[in-house]
Amino acid sequence: MKVGALKETAPGEARVALTPESAGRLKKLGYECLVEKGAGLAASFTDAAYEQAGVTVVDSADALWKQADVIVKVREPSEAEIEAAPEGKTLISFVWPAANEDLLEKMKAKNLSVLAMDMVPRISRAQKMDALSSMANIAGYRAVVEAGNNFGRFFMGQMTAAGKVPPAKVLVVGAGVAGLAAIGTSTSLGAITLAFDVRPEVAEQIESMGAEFVYLDFEEEQTDGAETGGYAAPSSPEFREKQLEKFRELAPDVDIVITTALIPNRPAPELWTEDMVEAMKPGSVIVDLAAERGGNCTLTKKDERIVTDNDVTIIGYTDFPSRMATQSSNLYATNIRHMLDDLTPEKDGKPVIDMEDDVIRGSLVCHEGEITWPPPEPKTKAIGSAKPKKKEPEETAEEKAAREEKAMKASLNRTAIMLAVGGLLCLGLGTVAPPSFMQHFIVFVLSVFVGYHVIWGVAHSLHTPLMAITNAISSIIIVGALLQIASGNSVVFVLAAASVLMASVNIFGGFLVTRRMLAMFKRS
Amino acid sequence: MSIGLITAAYVVAAVLFILALGGLSNQEKAKRAIWYGIAGMLLAVAATIGTPGVGQYLTIAMMVIVGGVVGWIVAKRVQMTQMPELVAGFHSLVGLAAVFIGINAHLEMGVALAARDAGTAAELAGFAATIAKKSAVELNILQVELFLGILIGAITFTGSIIAYGKLSGKLSSAALTLPGRHLLNLVAIIACFALGALYLGGAGLWTMIAVAVIAGLIGCHLIMAIGGADMPVVVSMLNSYSGWAAAAIGFTLGNDLLIVTGALVGSSGAILSYIMCKGMNRSFVSVILGGWGGESSAAAAVDGEMIAADADDVASAVNDADSVIIVPGYGMAVAQAQTAVSELTKKLRGQGKSVRFAIHPVAGRLPGHMNVLLAEAKVPYDIVLEMEEINEDFPDTDVVIIIGANDIVNPAAQDDPGSPIAGMPVLEVWKARQVFVCKRGQGTGYSGIENPLFFKDNTRMFYGDAKASMEALLKELD
Repeated sequence: MKVGALKETAPGEARVALTPESAGRLKKLGYECLVEKGAGLAASFTDAAYEQAGVTVVDSADALWKQADVIVKVREPSEAEIEAAPEGKTLISFVWPAANEDLLEKMKAKNLSVLAMDMVPRISRAQKMDALSSMANIAGYRAVVEAGNNFGRFFMGQMTAAGKVPPAKVLVVGAGVAGLAAIGTSTSLGAITLAFDVRPEVAEQIESMGAEFVYLDFEEEQTDGAETGGYAAPSSPEFREKQLEKFRELAPDVDIVITTALIPNRPAPELWTEDMVEAMKPGSVIVDLAAERGGNCTLTKKDERIVTDNDVTIIGYTDFPSRMATQSSNLYATNIRHMLDDLTPEKDGKPVIDMEDDVIRGSLVCHEGEITWPPPEPKTKAIGSAKPKKKEPEETAEEKAAREEKAMKASLNRTAIMLAVGGLLCLGLGTVAPPSFMQHFIVFVLSVFVGYHVIWGVAHSLHTPLMAITNAISSIIIVGALLQIASGNSVVFVLAAASVLMASVNIFGGFLVTRRMLAMFKRS
Repeated sequence: MSIGLITAAYVVAAVLFILALGGLSNQEKAKRAIWYGIAGMLLAVAATIGTPGVGQYLTIAMMVIVGGVVGWIVAKRVQMTQMPELVAGFHSLVGLAAVFIGINAHLEMGVALAARDAGTAAELAGFAATIAKKSAVELNILQVELFLGILIGAITFTGSIIAYGKLSGKLSSAALTLPGRHLLNLVAIIACFALGALYLGGAGLWTMIAVAVIAGLIGCHLIMAIGGADMPVVVSMLNSYSGWAAAAIGFTLGNDLLIVTGALVGSSGAILSYIMCKGMNRSFVSVILGGWGGESSAAAAVDGEMIAADADDVASAVNDADSVIIVPGYGMAVAQAQTAVSELTKKLRGQGKSVRFAIHPVAGRLPGHMNVLLAEAKVPYDIVLEMEEINEDFPDTDVVIIIGANDIVNPAAQDDPGSPIAGMPVLEVWKARQVFVCKRGQGTGYSGIENPLFFKDNTRMFYGDAKASMEALLKELD
């Protein structure tokens, strides 16, 4: 079967759903790849590069629709595109079914099988095809870069010959994928980073990335992240008040605010109000990643960069991933490739739509002339259910010292008890055993001690040779057999001779094999 | 030779044995140390043959030559991967020899006592002569020693044979768990001691033969109940037993050299067992009783997916990496992949990357097994590190490749108190940037414990036979 990537028609969209690299991988799944002429140009993939990777470059979108069996693209297709499409094809792209019901009807009329990349359920198995996450990651990174571009100072504090430079203070609101990417980028640029999220369970993740979690003084039962598919749920009005109060407190301090708070299927919550913008220092920057859904900041204008009267820049771009088209195309193409991987269990280039598969069923919005959206509840629970862990109190230096002293005392006590018991046993033995025995016994005990000290000094890497050599020298038992062999008794003679034989096998075999092993150990 | 001279030779031999063991503290010294051992053994045997009263030189020579040739051939032919079963097999010989010598000692004692009663003790030579001079208490002690020598010897003999069978794959390596097996062992041990008491009370040779048979059964049953991955403990335990058997025989014969050597070997095996047990965070008793500690609370279920990778994924990650750590396990030995691994190491080191090996104390089926296999494949020993040496380097490592290891890299040992291996020291491979697990299939390891490592975000499963996988990887590397 053939997989074809269309050139994006939406204005300003620079991404492409197939890269030369992902085409190579798709070939291994048994697919033949096509690409529309010039589809990758905006993302710096030339037609020549595609051809080199064995992809057929097709002149027009119509021709591609005709030739390919599976069509992949980034943005949802326009209604005109669907109308022009032949029937019965499979389409994989973003669809946003909730917002595009008319489009779904058109797809149904064309009997298309449509897999929506934005509907991939958030279960761990599907992470590799979660295009929303990979795009959000890019958006988070780009948001910080964009903020830096509009911010007149360094991120990192420096002490230079020309004076002290204070570090920038960045606040990230919402620690989803985009938020975490923004936190990571911001901390690695050296800014002091604060982060807030309504889900307290992400505090640990935030702190692990080197940012400071902004705690609210608020007691409320939080919904389990897993029940809402790993996304945030709307919070109570009291909670929201408390949150805004905290932000108001922070506003005069922070230089850069990056808001990423979104709640599924709702307009973005308003978290950064006009008075907070007014309270910010001149030159501060707000990047609103929720601009698509109305924005977290009251003043945000979608797709625009505005400067307020008090010189605060508010960026409401919605095309961050497209601004980094090469990177986002690479990731998106990989997500698509993984989706096709799941669709092709036999790796024979034939996609199979398995309605029992949570991931495929979840993303399927239209199939066999029916609209299959919304999907039923997935069988697997979403990820992100990590409960906040109770922190164990760190032990202080005194506690540590006390514990070590206790352990030391315990070990000393143990030694003392063992010595006492051992000594008593020896004394007891001495009272009954004859002196001839005690002489041998002294030798025995001393040898055990010598053995103990010698063996602890043996290198771990030489434990196998150690076993082989101890095996060889334990054949010293041959001495016993030799002493007995000359007895007149024939049974004794036979048994002793057999023992000599066995011990000899052991001596020669043991020493030889040890030598063989030791000779192999070579220094580089 | 005079008795004084013989004793002097024995002292020198004992010192040489200690030096031989002590020399194993480092690889270069060890190559010389082995000669101390050989010299000690030569001296001891020569002095014993020279002892007044020892005869039958022709038989001795024949036996030594035949035994020597057999030993030589076995040692020359054995593969390094077969080391565990070879060592186990050799132990059985020492065990059987101890039983024979013990029985002989009893027979000699009979001869000596009869001669003493008949007043012809002066005509006796060698061992019998020493016995004839013993007092009643000394004779009783002799009998206890004899009993212990036979008991330990017989357990070592059959136990080692079973261990050999399991390690060489001739017997199933799964643990055999008979109903009431602890009771069975207990009854058998009590029977042995009862027979021992009878023997002290004057019952004849039959009691000792019965002890040998029952102890043999105990050895059999004990080792049958121990599963494959606990074998390192078992082999070192048997090593220890073979030493104690020699020491017990030494007491019986009143021979200090046997006592010294037996004690050295015995403590060596005991320490190795201890190290292995610590490596698994299990008590010696629970290992010997077999099975995995029995009832443990339910381990946390792991959800997520094992993501497969193929050779070129691994190759591209390795190509980009500066530091690589390879963690070998028993699976590497089974697949005989060490040569391919060594080739890989050479290639990567040739590109200026840092390549090291991390060895867990219980990796493989014998203490230090992995080191020997890697040395055989010509991996330089200075890049083969122990767990304590390398564990804190994982966070700075780009790529970790795990070859045929499972439980020793299981993060559940640290994270999940409900896990059966909770508390076992493990290699913290998951802290590295990227982990590849080379494994035959999706199954769990020997312990049957699910490994959360395989489900981690930075882990990729590289399925297939370890040798074939490594060779495929070699081809993909540039």
